[in-house]
Amino acid sequence: MRRLLIATAFFAACVVALSFLALPLVALFTHVPPGTLLHQLSNPVVGDALVVSAKTSAVAQVLILALGTPTAYLLASRRFPGRTALVTLVELPIVLPPAAAGIGLIVAFGRFGLLGGTFSALGIDVSFNQAAVVLAIAFVAGPFYVRGAIAAFEAVDSQLVMASRTLGAGPVRTFFRIVMPLARGGLAAGAALSLARGLGEFGATIMFAGSLRGVTQTLPLAIYYEFDVNLNVALAVAALLVVIAAAILLSLKLSSLWASSRSPSRYRYAITTSS
Amino acid sequence: MGVLSVSFALPLRDYHLELALEFDGVVALVGPSGAGKSTVLAVIAGLVRPSSGTVTLDGEVWQDSAQRVFLPPDRRRVGLVFQEYALFPHMTVRRNVAYGGRRDVDELLARFEITHLAAARPDQLSGGERQRVALARALARDPGVLLLDEPLSALDTQTKANVRGELARLLPAFGLPTLVVSHDYEDAVAVADRVGVIVEGRLRQLGTPDELLSHPADAFVASFTGANLLRGHATRRATQLTEVALETGELIYSVDEAEGDVDVAIHPWEITISSDEHQGGSAPNMLRGTISSIKPAGGSVRVRVGPLTAELARAVAAELALTPGASARASFTPEMTRLIRRR
Repeated sequence: MRRLLIATAFFAACVVALSFLALPLVALFTHVPPGTLLHQLSNPVVGDALVVSAKTSAVAQVLILALGTPTAYLLASRRFPGRTALVTLVELPIVLPPAAAGIGLIVAFGRFGLLGGTFSALGIDVSFNQAAVVLAIAFVAGPFYVRGAIAAFEAVDSQLVMASRTLGAGPVRTFFRIVMPLARGGLAAGAALSLARGLGEFGATIMFAGSLRGVTQTLPLAIYYEFDVNLNVALAVAALLVVIAAAILLSLKLSSLWASSRSPSRYRYAITTSS
Repeated sequence: MGVLSVSFALPLRDYHLELALEFDGVVALVGPSGAGKSTVLAVIAGLVRPSSGTVTLDGEVWQDSAQRVFLPPDRRRVGLVFQEYALFPHMTVRRNVAYGGRRDVDELLARFEITHLAAARPDQLSGGERQRVALARALARDPGVLLLDEPLSALDTQTKANVRGELARLLPAFGLPTLVVSHDYEDAVAVADRVGVIVEGRLRQLGTPDELLSHPADAFVASFTGANLLRGHATRRATQLTEVALETGELIYSVDEAEGDVDVAIHPWEITISSDEHQGGSAPNMLRGTISSIKPAGGSVRVRVGPLTAELARAVAAELALTPGASARASFTPEMTRLIRRR
C-alpha cells in the first residue's frame, strides 16, 4: 500500500514537472492561429533582427572556436598550480547573471572602461554596435563551449597520445590526427550548446550593445521591443527561437546517436596507466 | 645488433627509481606491480624525463642530462607496445600500422598474418590480433629498440599461451635490443634470454634464467623465481658442507659456503615427498610436516608440506596416495639447497 502511494507520488510529480515545462512552449504556438504567426515573420523588424542575430552569432562562434579550442586543450592536458582556479574562471560566466556580465563588459571594453582608451587609440569602438553584440555573445556563450571541450579533451586516452608520439608524430600531428578526431563528438556538443546559448543572449547584449534595430537588435531583443508594440510579432519571434533551439538540440542528439551507432565502443579504450 | 644503454635516477612517490642497464638481445624486466618497471620503458621512450640520466643507442644520444640533451619521443627510434596496445580506435588496422610510416605496410601486415584484418577497426579484433597489430605498428617505424609493456597481461589465459609462444619466436628474429616488462616470472622466462628482477626501483639481479635459479642474488629474487624460503643460521663445519640451524630448530646442510644469518632457497621441483610411515632414506636434508594442500598444476601436483611446497609429477603423487592432514617427509639434497646471506 505504501509502495503504491510513493509510486503514485513520483508519477504525479513527474507529470506536474513535465507539464510545467511544456505548457509555455505550447502556448507560444497556440495563443494565435499558426497562420497569423507565420504572417508576422514577414515583418521587417523580424527580418532585420534575424540578420543581426545570424551575423553576430556566426562571428562570435568563429571567435569562440578559434580561441576556445586551444584554451580548452591546454587546460585539459596540462597540470599546473592554479589550474582549478582558471577552469573556475572559465565556468563563471555560465552562472553569472547576464546583467552583471553586461555591466562588466561596459567597464572593461566600453568607451570609458579599462581598455576603452587603448581601443579608441586604435580606432576601435565597441559600444552599441555589432562588435559589442559579438563580445556579449562570446562572453556569455563561450564558456559553454570551453567547458565541453575540456571534458572532450580529457576523455581522450593519454596512452593514445603517447603512442602517437612514440610512432614519430610530433605534438602538432598528434593533435590533429589523434586528439581532434577522438574529441570531435564532445567538441560538436559544446559548440552546439554555445551556439544555442548565444542566439538567446539578452541581458548582456541589451546593456552593452543596446537595442538598435538593424544594428544591435538581435532576435531576443526584438521580442522585448515588440512586446510593447505588437504582441503577435513578439510571439512569432519567440516561436521562431523555440524552433531554432529545438533544431540545434535535436541535431546534436541525432549526431551523437549516429556516431555511437557507427562505433559502438568509442571509449572502450579509455584505460588507466600502469605502474 | 645495437646496444641500448640506459642509466638514470627518478624520484617516484614511494622510492627512488635508479637503474643502469646496457643490453642487446631480448631482456625481460620482472618485478611486482609498482616496482617501476613500466617507468623504465617510459624513460627510454622519452615519455618521462628523469632528473638525471643518459639514454643512448649505439652512440646515438637520446638523453644526456649533463649535456642538457633530451630528445622528444618522436625523435627517438623506439617501438613501444603499450600494455593495452593503445591502438587508435578511429583508424583501421591498416591506418594504425601505416601511422608510424617508414616500412612497407603490406609486407608488415603479411608478416604478422593480419592482412585479412586490414580494414577492421581495433574494437573488432580479439586480444591476440590486437597484440599483433600493435607489434606491427611499432615495427613500422623501423625502430632501433623495441619495448613491450606487459604484453601478455591484457589477454585471457588461452590466448596468453599462444601469444607467449609467438613472442618467444618473433622477438629474437627482429634482431633489435628488446626490453619486455612483466610482473610474471614465467612469462618473462618464456620470451627473454635474460631476466632482470626489479624491486622498489632497484635492479636486484640481471642474468639468464639459469643463473637466477642457481645463484639468486637475494631472497626476493629466489622467491620470485618460485623458490621456497626458510630462515636459519649457517655455520661452517670441518666437512664439505655448511650446517644451517633453521629457525624452526631442524638442522640442514648445503654445499654453499656461508656463515651467519641466511635465507635458504629450495625450488619446489627439487623436493621429494615420502610418506611418514616409510622408514629409512638417507637424505641429509629432511623436514617433517603435515600436508596442508594438494593442488594439480598442469602435468604436476603441488604439495604443501609444513613450510615447503613441492612439485611432483602426477604419477608420482598418485603412487604416494597423499592426503591432506596426513604427515609426510620432504627431502632435498645439499647440492640443491641454496644459501643467501641476509643483510
